[in-house]
Amino acid sequence: MRGFSFTNTISRAWKSDFMWSFRRTPVAIVSFFVAMILILGAVFAPLFAPYNPFDPATLNLMNGFSQPMVPNQFTGDSFWLGADDQGRDVFSTILYGLRISLFVGFAAVAFAMVLGVTLGLVAGYVGGWIGALIMRIADVQLTFPGILVAMLVFGIAKGFTPIEQRDEMAIWVLVIAIGLSEWVQFARVVRGATMVEKNKEYVQAAHLNGRRPISIMVRHILPNVLGPVLVIATISLALAIIAEATLSFLGVGAPPTQPSLGTLIRIGQGFMFSGEWWILLFPAVTLLTLALSVNLLGDWLRDVLNPKLR
Amino acid sequence: MLAFTIRRAFQSLIVLLVVGLVAFSMFNFVGDPVDNMLGQERTGADIERLRTQLGLDQPFPVQYYRFLEGAVQGNFGISYRQGRPVSDVISERIAATLELAMVSAILAIVFGVALGVFTAIRRNGWAANIIMSLSLIGVSLPTFLIGILLIYLFAVELGWLPSFGRGETVDLGWWRTGLLTESGRKAIILPAITLGLYQMTLIMRLVRSEMLEVLRQDYIRFARARGLKDRSVYFRHALKNTLVPVITVTGMQLGSIIAFAIITETVFQWPGVGLLFINAIRFVDIPVMAAYLMLISVMFVSINLVVDLLYFAIDPRLRADRSGSGK
Repeated sequence: MRGFSFTNTISRAWKSDFMWSFRRTPVAIVSFFVAMILILGAVFAPLFAPYNPFDPATLNLMNGFSQPMVPNQFTGDSFWLGADDQGRDVFSTILYGLRISLFVGFAAVAFAMVLGVTLGLVAGYVGGWIGALIMRIADVQLTFPGILVAMLVFGIAKGFTPIEQRDEMAIWVLVIAIGLSEWVQFARVVRGATMVEKNKEYVQAAHLNGRRPISIMVRHILPNVLGPVLVIATISLALAIIAEATLSFLGVGAPPTQPSLGTLIRIGQGFMFSGEWWILLFPAVTLLTLALSVNLLGDWLRDVLNPKLR
Repeated sequence: MLAFTIRRAFQSLIVLLVVGLVAFSMFNFVGDPVDNMLGQERTGADIERLRTQLGLDQPFPVQYYRFLEGAVQGNFGISYRQGRPVSDVISERIAATLELAMVSAILAIVFGVALGVFTAIRRNGWAANIIMSLSLIGVSLPTFLIGILLIYLFAVELGWLPSFGRGETVDLGWWRTGLLTESGRKAIILPAITLGLYQMTLIMRLVRSEMLEVLRQDYIRFARARGLKDRSVYFRHALKNTLVPVITVTGMQLGSIIAFAIITETVFQWPGVGLLFINAIRFVDIPVMAAYLMLISVMFVSINLVVDLLYFAIDPRLRADRSGSGK
């Protein structure tokens, strides 16, 4: 029996093609660490943030418009990245805003992935009129830009929620809207890959063994089509984060009570003309860094996992 | 060609019918418009009056029929929020959006093709490299951030250009244009750049890669061997042969420009249909949303149809393959 050792596994993973390519690509290393810092900062926001920007008890209106690194003239409080009009620490609101942005991004991609992979498997394996219907819907949806689909779904879903709950539900509505606008890519790729796998011998053997179609799809085909799915998921994550920021910036996304980076930029834009640049600049730079690093990681992953997708 | 045209037109019609169904379902199943219009202080009589006024007391098939009848005539009922016919609200704003979209498209095509040719010819020059790297950054920047950046530079810091609105407009009777006044022309510069930048980079990269492909061909070498001038080789021989994919992509992008105008119009408070649509979403103004959806679908579907047919008409190889002749 082969012994199992933890260090052995680590060292084998370190020597794999995947890690080799990672170590040889400075862009991938930098993007990975930048993305990790942002993600960890968001996850542990309550630990890192000097203030809780949503606790009215800690807010002091006198701190409003404090400049970065300069002690406030009334209270003497100092903020790294300044404070906004209500005296909220910009650094803390960014950390909490990152949380919302990342949560919506990850949840929307997960939703799109589950939906797209399921429909793609069905369309590819079962085919027939169900498959044709799924692909026709995908074609029609592809005619329209994703952001437009997301806006429309958001508007419709907003109409369904009662007025009192609109702000609380906005985050989930965003997840559904962005998820529904991105499932098509997953479905198309999975369908294509499934149709290739379907005719291979291992699938036919499983079929002859009397396995049910659902079990063949999930246990045999799914693991073999996951490579491209992972690549699309990473690229979709960058798209979803930007889509969320755009929607929130336009005022049809995260509400001011639960601001995402987009909402913060929307708020900050109002102070651009009066000279309070820090309220706008820092959230914008954070969003850019996040989107860029995820995008570059996605590009690298695409090259490593699936050169054919280029 | 005829069979192809008919089949494509039929597909387009189906897409429009599907979208129409979505729009109608929005009317009927989403929220309670009376709730949205009247707000908190309302009486039973108010509700009844409004329901009758909007035709919401009619049975489902009657409402459906009314919707179809109205939609074909461009009538989408009354805006919940503004209390005016949707067709009026849209028609007074559509000119602003189309003007912005056209100016952006022209900017994108002119600069996209020019820069694409330039970066292909000077493939390893420093200027071409800088342009290519800038285009990469430009693609990853969200549109609204580009808009904010331009406003900050040219409106706040330099004070050269206005940061919002359309400036003075001139009413031509059927079209309200801002291009005839100086303030109108100044006002359109920043929004048009913001809106067209993404398409410009796309066209540029496409022209560049197509040019590089074409410049490798034998007929270019022969053209050079015949002693033709560089300019003639690049523009009359090479560029001409890159145009098929460029026209297709540009055509498809026209639809996206009109859709992405939503974002640009919000950043610059440009009084077009995109801004109208965003406000309709925020206040759940279903008739405006449905009308915008139908409007933009008709534009998208007809643009796609024209591009497909144009593609077919431009490239003789496609025609030969279709009819099964040759080879």
